[in-house]
Order: sequence, then structure tokens, then C-alpha cells
Amino acid sequence: MKNTIRQVFHSPKFVVGFSIFVLVLLSLFIYPLFVPGNPLQMVGLSSFSEPGTYVSVYDAIDSEPDIMKLPEADAKRLADKLNEEDRAAMKEWLLLIGIPEADIDTTDTKSLLKLWEEKYDPSLKPAGMTMAKRNYYKRLNTNLEQALNASEVVIATENAETGALEEAKVVTDTDYINTKDVINSITLPLGTDNFGRDTLKELVSAAKTSIMIGLIAGSIATFIGLSTGLLAGYIGGWVDELILFITNLFTVIPGFIILILVSYGIGQENRGATTCAIVIGFTSWTWTTRSVRSQVISLRNRDHVNLSKLSGHSLLRIILNDILPYIASYVVMALILQISTAILAEAQLSMLGLGPKTTEIPTLGLMMNWAMLYSAHTHGYWWAYFPVLLIIALISFSLNLMNTGLDQVFNPTLRD
Amino acid sequence: MSDTKPMCLSGKGVTKVFGFGEKKTVAVDHVDFEFREGELISIVGESGSGKTTISKMLLGLISITEGQIFFQDKPLDINTRAKKKKYWRDIQAIFQDPFTSYNVFNKIDQVLLDCIHMRGGKRFSKEKKLEMMTEACSFVNLKYAELTNKYPFELSGGQMQRLMIARIFLLKPKILLADEPTSMIDACSRATILDMLLNLRNEIGMTIIFITHDIGLAYYISDKVYIMEQGKFVERGTADEVILNPKAAYTKRLISDVPKIYEEWDLSTVNSTARA
Amino acid sequence: MGKTILEVKDLTTKYITRFHEDVYAVDHVSLTIEEGKSLGIAGESGCGKSTLALSLMGYYFAPLHYMSGDIIVDGQNISKLDPDTIRKNILGTEIAYIPQAAMNALNPTQKIIRFIEDVIHVHDPKMPKKDIYELARKRFEELGLPASVLERHAVELSGGMKQRTVIAISTILSPKVLIADEPSSALDVTSQKMVIKMLRNLMEMGYIKSMIFITHELPLLYNVTDDIMVMYAGQIVEKGTAKEMVFNPTHPYSKGLMGSIIVPEAGTRDVKLAAIPGTPPNLKKPPSGCRFAERCKYVTDECKMNAVGLREFGDNRSYRCILDIEKLREEYANE
Repeated sequence: MKNTIRQVFHSPKFVVGFSIFVLVLLSLFIYPLFVPGNPLQMVGLSSFSEPGTYVSVYDAIDSEPDIMKLPEADAKRLADKLNEEDRAAMKEWLLLIGIPEADIDTTDTKSLLKLWEEKYDPSLKPAGMTMAKRNYYKRLNTNLEQALNASEVVIATENAETGALEEAKVVTDTDYINTKDVINSITLPLGTDNFGRDTLKELVSAAKTSIMIGLIAGSIATFIGLSTGLLAGYIGGWVDELILFITNLFTVIPGFIILILVSYGIGQENRGATTCAIVIGFTSWTWTTRSVRSQVISLRNRDHVNLSKLSGHSLLRIILNDILPYIASYVVMALILQISTAILAEAQLSMLGLGPKTTEIPTLGLMMNWAMLYSAHTHGYWWAYFPVLLIIALISFSLNLMNTGLDQVFNPTLRD
Repeated sequence: MSDTKPMCLSGKGVTKVFGFGEKKTVAVDHVDFEFREGELISIVGESGSGKTTISKMLLGLISITEGQIFFQDKPLDINTRAKKKKYWRDIQAIFQDPFTSYNVFNKIDQVLLDCIHMRGGKRFSKEKKLEMMTEACSFVNLKYAELTNKYPFELSGGQMQRLMIARIFLLKPKILLADEPTSMIDACSRATILDMLLNLRNEIGMTIIFITHDIGLAYYISDKVYIMEQGKFVERGTADEVILNPKAAYTKRLISDVPKIYEEWDLSTVNSTARA
Repeated sequence: MGKTILEVKDLTTKYITRFHEDVYAVDHVSLTIEEGKSLGIAGESGCGKSTLALSLMGYYFAPLHYMSGDIIVDGQNISKLDPDTIRKNILGTEIAYIPQAAMNALNPTQKIIRFIEDVIHVHDPKMPKKDIYELARKRFEELGLPASVLERHAVELSGGMKQRTVIAISTILSPKVLIADEPSSALDVTSQKMVIKMLRNLMEMGYIKSMIFITHELPLLYNVTDDIMVMYAGQIVEKGTAKEMVFNPTHPYSKGLMGSIIVPEAGTRDVKLAAIPGTPPNLKKPPSGCRFAERCKYVTDECKMNAVGLREFGDNRSYRCILDIEKLREEYANE
């Protein structure tokens, strides 16, 4: 036994798979310790906020400023004001008033601004330009002017009695505050999802739930598969025929369809994560039954079993003592594979909207479902679905790698 | 002379059929046999002749399709678990491959303790059990102190087969069915095993049914030899009769096909199209 | 004295295990075979006889590694050739090897003739298929195999037939040395006899010039080969003609081995079977003295101290023991 475990941990594949899985599992448990709170709390009022650190504008203004000298500050501010669209619009204007195209370089901010300052005249009415378009240029011009000679911004508060605005603070362009001093800030490493929930926190909680579903479903499937396989293989006769018939029945009807029908039958209200896990477990045991059965049949006629029979041992004792230990390694492998399959099955079910109930607990499948429903993939909100995919792939990959590693240890023909 | 000994195991029209319909194979075909107490009987046959099937039927591990086995002149009745358990106190086996005969997860002590328990020694004191195990081990030239807390697979093939004999020593059955116990073992350990089997027979006076494909080995150790061909006994008799004066064509062929050392081995008798 | 076909001088090869331990399975083995002669190698399982067979081909692959020594086939030293040259120029034409359970190595999806084409094309890529078929048909008929076998698949043949087919395929290029490693152990006695007869025919017809036959079945060895060599723990312990070895062994180990022969002949029942107690030594740490010392009846303190060399005596015989022949003979006579 000890030797086997030592061998297992000598298999590089198993060790890599195991490390990834343990790392994922550890981070799932450690992360909530540092970032507590309800994973389904809606922190954002808009959907799909980008990843980043958000600070309260109000607190930012209120904080004690430091005076900083940032040489590039003006240029950056200008660049921020002048987006691609504006640059194209400016070029359009300049072309209209007859500047040769060769002179206009939209990429060179400095020369473009210089040209604009020289040539722009709000009173000019180029032919065919709508009022709205002209107003747009006026606004653009004002913005640019402000940006160019931004020196001070006055913040005023309304006097409660007179209703007049009183100067409260002047912010100059050399005022900077340390973001750490801003009391109200929120870091969203993976932004928010469509409901404005912290995606990372949700992901951590969802991965935990999914692994739990995998464990429950995998254990149920392995237990059913193991016991039916042992009985069918060892007792044989009509018991074997009956179990094989049921197994074949479940095998020919695609398991996923049964899964969908059962999930649908249970109904939205009753579908918690555990229920879902049980449903998955009860529909995915056939493979284990068949493989355990065939293993047991080959063991049944081995001499040590015959000898055990001759020693007068009971059926249960023979199964537990003389058969089960021989297939234990195989069952562990089956269990690992079942866990990985169950996690994927949950994801598939939830994608179809037949997963666990949506308001209580997130699962990886549900997160994918939400991301899909709110078209995160078409809008390029990668943070809403890509990390979920990555986690599913990582868990499934690590489990399968562990399985392959074990296979290599237990199956001498695969050893190199 | 030997025919005056009491009957131990006998059979009338014993048949085993596997499968049914098109796939039907008759493994053992209406055989009669008489095994008397204290004899060493060899059943010789090539692979596929049905010798393993007949051994499993004698052991009660598989059912008999037709015919009847008699144990001490009474029809053998092993229809219930309790009756089977009782029968298995009288008949035990040693199998061909020592490497698959042991449960690799059980320690050697467990193997021997099981035997003591089966003989009703469950309530013996620890010292008594230890003494019995030590005695059994020393009977087969093994040292209990070296075996305790070891697993069977840590022993060599010969040692494992000797441990099997120690097991029989503890169980003291009336009949021992030895299914090719030496075919997986090197020639130099073979003699040791055979000697121990014969010693054990003298010690507890049991009947040994020795199943083998090696006609020379059968000749060397047995009192009676049964030659089996495709589910039937084609010849039976004392070892000298059968081997030195074979009557059946099959026995003659079998003997002529085995290499000799005292006489010239006649290779010309090979019919190269036979059994192609 | 005939022409020497195979000469092996001090061949040593070792296995390197997964945990980087060395196992010297063939330890300074020397042997010669003359034209038209066959040599049998006997010993317990694990004594190195199969490893010796592998080593003799000069074709080494992990975990087996060549250490030292020479293998000279018909005057050509092959021990230091690279594997590719060996595969192309030596295997099949100079040395042919039939491993244990060779019959299971036939690809079930191919006709037998395809294997023969493969073998021949390695050495003569231009030979037309028609000529190959003609050659194979002629050879098969000479060896008593029906020519129809060539057009069949391996699964259609019985075990004995498969084994004989494999031997016919391996010797299609008329190798100088045939190494047969337990070619008949998995077969029933009748098929075994046919295999033996075929090997004899190959020798008589001159398709193979010499043969090394490995088996643990001593009566078989006695009937097949001219000389017998007994191996123990990677070393040769005794060498001599078959008759001498079986009826007049010198080394205590050979004595024990020959004493365990059982044949269905009058006289067998009167002989007391010899038994050798104990197990062979672990070749990861072989004993420094005589390797058989642990199990030997006539062991002395000196045996355990110093390694013993092969001692030659009589007509081309040798044995590895510190006791003199006269002393050993005396001991045997007293039993």
C-alpha cells in the first residue's frame, strides 16, 4: 500500500495534475478569507464593468492633495480627450475647408492641434454640414481648449440658505492624491458581470460549488457503478443479466438526454446544487458498472478467490476482501474521471438553463449561462466568461492528468 | 490389493457442458472414476482435455450438468452453503500458479490463521495459534519468524507453494486436489514440493488427486493414473500398467511425444499434419 | 574439428533498472560453436539464459547494456557494430533469434507471406515478390509446412503451426546461427515434437549452420543439442557434451539439476529426485565468492571468500568449483 502510494507520487503526470488541482482548491478556500462577503452581492449598478480598481470620485476630491510634477500629464490628458473618432472628425473638417490631405497627420497630436487652432472657426458654415454636426465641433473645440489650458477647476458647494454657489475647493492640474487615501475604493480584478457582481468572487464560489457537485455526483455514480458491477460480475447468472440489461438500457439512451429530462421534470424550484449533483450522479454510473463488471469477471475465476471459497468465507467477505482491493486502484481512477465528467455535465446542463436554481448559489455552468444570455461574448466582455472557461478546463485537465498518471502506475503495459 | 481400500470419491456419468445451443461445448463427457482412500491418483491430459473442469467439479466450485459424484459412497450433496462449507473441510486444493493463489493484500499470518479458524480453532489462545503456525511452517521447511508480517508475494514461487502445503497441513483435509502444483516452479524446487506432498500424505493419511500435463511426473509420483482426452478417460490403471504398457492409442502417442533420456526418442513418428 | 561459426569471449552485459541499479545478468561468458553443432543452455528461471540469448545478437536496447567482450560470427566481430548495421547486415543473415512465445508476435492482420517479404526486403529491397513467394513456398514444403500457410493469416493457424511458421520465417535467409529461446515451452507435447523435428531438419538441410537452444526442460535439451552449458546466476558453471552432462555431471548445481529429470520411462521411479534448497542470489549484489555457495552441500569457508574460475578437464569440458573432480565424484558415489 505504502509502496503503491510512493509509486503514484513518482509518476510525473499524476504529480502535475495533483498539484494543479490542489493549488486550485487551496486558492478557492484561501481567497474568501481575504475577500469576505456574499459572492452574489451586486456591487456595480451597471453591468459588465471592466476589471480595475474603482475609487469614489467624491472621496477623491475630498482627499488631501499632494503637489506632483508629471511632465507628461498634459499630453496624456490631451490624448485621452482626443480619441480616434474625434481625430477623424477633425480631419473631415480640415478637408472640408480645403486643407490638402497630405498636410493632415491624425497620428501626430501636436501638429494636428496646431492646425486645428489655426484653421478652426466656429462661425464658418461649410456646405452640407448639419446644425448638429456643427455643434459637435463646437463642443469638441471647447473640450480641447479646456484641456489645453487646464489650470484650475473650482469645486463649489451650494449654500443651503441663499442657494448661491460658494467656492469650496480649487483643484489645480498639479494636484494629485494617493489612491490609498481614498477611503471608498473597490478592486475588481475581473470586473463585474451582467448583474454588477464581482466576477472573481463569484467565480471562486462557483468553482467550489462545482467541485462539490462533482464530488457528490462522482461518488454517487461510482458507488452505484461499483456495487452493481461487483454484484453483476461476481454473482453472475440472472443477476448479471438483469443488471446488464438495465445498464444497456441506460447506455443506449444518451445519458445527457435522460439528464435533461430528469432535470426538467424536477422543476426550477426544487433544483438546488445538491439535487443537481444527485441527478447527475444517478445518470452517469453505467460506464463504471460495465468496467467494474468486466474486471470482476476476470478476477472471479482467479485461484485466490477459489481458495477463499474453499476456506468457507461468505460472499460479502470474498467481495470485500478478495475482489475489492484488486480493483480499488481502478475504482479510484473511475471516481476521478466521474468527478471531472460531472463537473462538465453540470456546466452543460446550466448552459441549457437546467442547472441549479439561479438566485442562491453560483456554479461554473450558471456563470457561463449568464454570460451567454447577456451576450458577453459578442460584446467582448471577456472577463465574464473566459476565466470560467479557464477554471473548468484547469480542473478537468488536472483531474484527467491525475487519471492518466494513475493509469500509468497501475497498468504496467503503459509504463515507460 | 488397493481395491480393498474404502472408497473416497467416485463418480458415475459425470458430465459438464458449458454454454448451450450452437456454442455448446462438452468439457467433461460422462466419466466414471473411483478414487480410493490414501491413494495418489494422477489425472493426465493436455490443455483443453477437461482436467481442470473435473477438478473444479470435484471441489464443488462449479455445478455438475449430469451424473453424480459420491463422497465416501454417499451421493455428494452440496446444495446449501452450510453443506458446502462442511464438504470443504474434507477437500482442499493447491492450484497451479502460486502467484495468483494468494490474496496479495493479506499477510501470511492471515492466510495461516484462516486455516486454524476453519478447523474450529477460533478460540484457541494466541500462544496455541502461534505454536500451530510455527509447526506448520517448519513442516515445509520455512521459518515462521521470517514470514510473520510479510506478504506472500515477497516469497519466491517455490516458497509460496510450500506455504500452500503448510496451509493443507493445518487444514488436514481427507482429500487434496493438487492442480499442477509444480508446473510454474523450477525443476530444482519441484522435488522439494513433491517430497513435502508425499510426506504430508503419510502424516495425515489423505487422498491426493494430482492433476498434471506431465506424464513423466504422473508416472513418478502416483499410484493410479487416469489419462484424459477431450473430456473422457481413455485409460486408467496403476502407474506401471499405464505408462509402461499403454493400451490406448492416445496414451501411446502422449508417451512417444515426450522426450526420453534412457531410450532413443523417436522423432520419425511425428505426423506433421496431425493437429495442424 | 569443424569450422568455428560462433565465438563469444568474456561477454558481459547488464541491465540498468529504473532506480539505476546494475544487474549483471551475463557475466564473462565465453563459448564457441562449430559448424553443424548445437549448444543447449540450461538453468533455473532468472539465471540469465534468456539475457544471454539477447546479448548474443549484439543488438542492445534499454534496459540491457553491453559492457565488454567480443561476439565473433564466422570471423566477423559484431559486438561493437552500431544497432543499425546489426539490424541490416547481421540479424536474419548471420544470426536469427526466436524469442519465447514468438508465435504471438505475428500481426493478425497480415498474411504470412508479407512477413517473409518484410524480412527479405530489409536485406534485398529489389527482390521481386514472385521470387520471394517461390523461395518461401520451396522452403516451407521442404520443412513440411503446407504452402497454403503463406496465404493465410496468423489467427487461422494453430499454436504449433504458428510457432513452426515463425521459425521458418526467421530462418528464410539461412542464418549461420539460430538462437531459439524456449521455442516449444508454450506448446503441447505433440506440437513440441514437431518443432524439434523441424529444427533438426533445418540443421540437416544446412539452412542453419549452428544452433543455440535454450530451455529449462532438460530431457528436451538432451535430445536436441550436442553440447549443454549450465548457467547459474549469470555465469557458466559447467559445459560438456549432452550425454556427459546428463549422466555424469560434475558441478554440484548441474548434479542437482540433472537429478530433477523426470521422464515416463522405466527406471524413473527408482531414482530419488534431487532437490536444491534455497533460491538464487540477488544479482544486484552478487556474492563475492562462489555464487552457488549458499545452496551447496559441499560448501567450505574458502568458497565464500574467493570467486572461482572455470576449470577445464577431460574432453572439452569445464566446471566452476574449487573442489577437484575426484573429490566431487567421491562425494557423489557416497550418497
